[in-house]
Amino acid sequence: MKRILTLLLIFPLLLTACGNLIEDNVIILATTTSTQDSGLLDVLIPIFETENGYTVKTIAVGTGKALSMGENGDADVLLVHAPDAEMAVMESGSGLDRFLVMHNDFVIVGPASDPANLRGMTSASAAFIRIAESSAPFVSRGDDSGTDKKERAIWESVGVTPAWDGYIESGQGMGATLLVASEKSAYTLTDRATYLAYQDKVALDIMVEGDEVFMNIYHVITINPEKWPEVNYKGALAFANFLVAPSTQGIISTFGVDEYGQPLFFPDAE
Amino acid sequence: MNPEIFQITVLSLQVSGLATGISLLLGLPLGTWLALGHFRGRKLLLSLVNTGMALPPVVVGLVVSLTLWRSGPLGSLRLIYTPAAIVTAQTIIAAPVVTGLTAAALQALDPRLALQLRGLGASRWQVTLALWREARLPLLAALMAGFGSVISEVGASMMVGGNIRGQTRVLTTAIVLETGKGNFDIAIALSILLLALALLVNLGLTWIQQREGRT
Repeated sequence: MKRILTLLLIFPLLLTACGNLIEDNVIILATTTSTQDSGLLDVLIPIFETENGYTVKTIAVGTGKALSMGENGDADVLLVHAPDAEMAVMESGSGLDRFLVMHNDFVIVGPASDPANLRGMTSASAAFIRIAESSAPFVSRGDDSGTDKKERAIWESVGVTPAWDGYIESGQGMGATLLVASEKSAYTLTDRATYLAYQDKVALDIMVEGDEVFMNIYHVITINPEKWPEVNYKGALAFANFLVAPSTQGIISTFGVDEYGQPLFFPDAE
Repeated sequence: MNPEIFQITVLSLQVSGLATGISLLLGLPLGTWLALGHFRGRKLLLSLVNTGMALPPVVVGLVVSLTLWRSGPLGSLRLIYTPAAIVTAQTIIAAPVVTGLTAAALQALDPRLALQLRGLGASRWQVTLALWREARLPLLAALMAGFGSVISEVGASMMVGGNIRGQTRVLTTAIVLETGKGNFDIAIALSILLLALALLVNLGLTWIQQREGRT
């Protein structure tokens, strides 16, 4: 018993000790749930870690939370998709470098029964108005993520305050929200990448796509070490440069093609 | 077994085992002092500990996160999103459980036992040892309850550990992630593993308890 307890005590202490010694090689990446749920980071991060010798701590949260982690210096680098909110972080001086990485698009998905009769529409605002008019079930992220910000911006643009009974907030990541929408036979706004990754698990079809406002743009932002001396700027910049490097952009452009027959993200770096 | 699942399982056992071990080191003396000591404020302290037994893990997670974030007071320790941060949070959850149950176990003993031992000339330390020996069964139960409260805990581990693949992903946070991903088969497999582990550890402790109970 004593021996077991001693072993239990010693192992994690050693682990933490080692962890602290190589702390300079650790970077904290705060990012959106969509990059994790789609599986893209599972492909990119091991390559970055092997090539550059860093260990990446990926914290997958909504873009809102990721940006606030950046503003407080709690993360070294951000991969986010809410351009307006990102500008606020840059202007406050917390963000230092900001590179365009990639884009994909949002789509409205819904049950095959299509109670609001949206199938085939191409206008986001017209579709949102039709959902509101028929008080159709709709699952919102409600977590201040990039997708949630986009959804609220569209509601605002059409002058609707969504408040009917069928409008619910899941408060969870994109993948989990798709599962909720599928169970509730509801519409939801999703990025295409997460939807494609979840296609087999949910009974939802793409209803509306192709509107300009559906453009979903991802930037990488490094946190300013002059404002937050604790951040690992060297590691953050290495990661940002890795994301926009031609070889990485090439991987992004083919990611998902084998499995879904189409790319999930489109590289945009110069 | 898949090496990633193996690593997650080992980490869960290490983190929760260490947290339970530290809780025992803190809780055994503290609980003994609360049960046997005579001092002002003892009842207040005891009721505080008993309240602590019901500490919601998410509240512990929030407070530990705020403390350990780089912008927090202990941020320079760089402990957030490490196994050590999970151990810290789980210790805060398990220590009151071990302390409270230790105090209850010792208070349940016949008070004449301590008096008699002292009358026979035993030192304070000898009396304490004898009482621990006498109460070893409920004390083991206290240890099991402490371990049970942290191996099954998810809120604090998620918040302070960050559920980072290969680093701070433990069984409970992996189950949340896989359920969110819609991978119910993996989630169920992990759940069975978690249940089996809890069962094994408790069987082991019960076995020791029963064996010692007979001698």
